[in-house]
Amino acid sequence: MYLSVEEHNNNLLVQFKGELDHHTTESVREKIDQKYNDLRLKNIILDLRGLTFMDSSGIGLIMGRYRNCIEKAGGMAIVSDNSYVEKMLKMSGLLKIINVYPTIEKAAENL
Amino acid sequence: MEKNYMKLEFLSKSNNESFARVVVAAFASQLDPTLEELSDIKTAVSEAVTNAIIHGYEYGQGLVIVESKIEDNEIEIIVEDKGMGIPDIVKAREPFYTSKPNMERSGMGFTVMETFMDSLQVESIKGQGTKVKMTKRFQILPDKE
Repeated sequence: MYLSVEEHNNNLLVQFKGELDHHTTESVREKIDQKYNDLRLKNIILDLRGLTFMDSSGIGLIMGRYRNCIEKAGGMAIVSDNSYVEKMLKMSGLLKIINVYPTIEKAAENL
Repeated sequence: MEKNYMKLEFLSKSNNESFARVVVAAFASQLDPTLEELSDIKTAVSEAVTNAIIHGYEYGQGLVIVESKIEDNEIEIIVEDKGMGIPDIVKAREPFYTSKPNMERSGMGFTVMETFMDSLQVESIKGQGTKVKMTKRFQILPDKE
């Protein structure tokens, strides 16, 4: 799993490449939370376009980060173009609370 | 009638989650699944193996056994551990229920298996382990080449 966590227009932009499962979520979680707290940002954009696999561990990871955003009065947006990833997001109910956009720019505009 | 069978045994380490789902997907490829059918199987296997590692063995060391059978256009997958067992299967299968809320588990594992597969059976004996049996029937076209 490759990960990029950086600031983008005052949002925390997280980009994934690879497979997000129980094995990979543990270190990913730590890296996102550390940057989020260090940079004192409110909003998180998750770019899931590079994911080739995601199971319910990934859903747990997104839910946890979403809760952190809400605690800081921030918001979360997802960038995705993958119907399989969206199937998982829909099943978990996450699509009711987090919007999905085709590009990072669109996600940033709407946060 | 096409029949095939395989059995896989590995240590309950989290880096074997991807190993297990890829092996089952490779075995299933002889049924000419669509990309979506293949993703469904990989995800269901990943959920069952993750449960065996996190809940069955509670991160301790043990063996996870994956068996798969193919008959005509149907695949059966069994994921088994010899761990602690599930105290309440009905509760465990409820969407969003997790026995480990502090670990950010989504509680969606069994729901994913149920949704992505055609059938799901869970047998568990306290102190002896858990066996998850799932089946999925693949779409077919009139001619097999």
